[in-house]
Amino acid sequence: MELFRKLIFAAAAAGLIAGAFVTVVHQVSTVPVILKAEVYEKAADAAAATASTTTTTATTTDGSSTAASTADSSMASMPGMEHEAGEWEPADGFQRNAFTVLADLLTGVGFALLLVSAFALRGGAMNWQTGLYWGLAGFVAFTLAPGLGLPPEVPGTQAAPLLARQIWWVFTVAAACGGLACLFFGRKPLWCLAGLALLVVPHIVGAPQLDHAESAAPESITHQFIVAVVITSLVFWAALGTLSGYFYQRFVKPA
Amino acid sequence: MNTIRTHADGRTDASVASRALPVAFAAFLGAFLIFGVGFSHVSAFHNAAHDVRHSNAFPCH
Repeated sequence: MELFRKLIFAAAAAGLIAGAFVTVVHQVSTVPVILKAEVYEKAADAAAATASTTTTTATTTDGSSTAASTADSSMASMPGMEHEAGEWEPADGFQRNAFTVLADLLTGVGFALLLVSAFALRGGAMNWQTGLYWGLAGFVAFTLAPGLGLPPEVPGTQAAPLLARQIWWVFTVAAACGGLACLFFGRKPLWCLAGLALLVVPHIVGAPQLDHAESAAPESITHQFIVAVVITSLVFWAALGTLSGYFYQRFVKPA
Repeated sequence: MNTIRTHADGRTDASVASRALPVAFAAFLGAFLIFGVGFSHVSAFHNAAHDVRHSNAFPCH
């Protein structure tokens, strides 16, 4: 298990640094857009709540709790916007940001573990530059490929059932990883064909979509969010790949 | 089956076999972390990692 220990060290170093970096980037790129979109989401929820409470306000004197519970029930009836009533969520401000930092660090280490595992599976020497290429491939497989079918969404966007979208996401990412591996490492034309097929098939199958999906936020915000997510993700994967290649060379396989 | 084939770049089949288990563990741990942060249906996990899920374009809500 000597190799396992080395892989963990390399991934922890690369993932924590890239995660810390991207959490700063998220605070200026995506999080402000999420907060803006939530204003529209809450306004839409409140409008729906007011519409339904006009018939029920006479039954209770506690207007605020009635509004909250009817908001939850009206949202639960909208596909893709199921919020559980009374579940814990971090308080806005420090607590919410602290959990965002934690989640970014864990995601960074998680993706770094996948990268160094792929390096070890592939074998051979690595350095920061080959790591950068792997990172860019990670961006294609984990952001671009699933994003073509399921574009980044701000809060308040209706979407197909969560589990169906998650299954399609995992299936598409796995196929893209396999497809890129076939393209880059397959030595025969047939492998390249198989690689292209793996990249294309999930999009022929198609991501789960609603017939009439609506977003509470205006289009300018949803567009701004897509640009912010894609650029941030590119920067994250470039950093993660470079760092993973560097720490793999340092801890796992010295050149 | 104990013959060790050596590839052009110095890799051997035996080294592939000895790598398999630790590499699989590391990859599994990575997938576990990503699923915990980005895909768990536990509401508290979703709410805690909410902004990161959206920022990484993981399917959310």
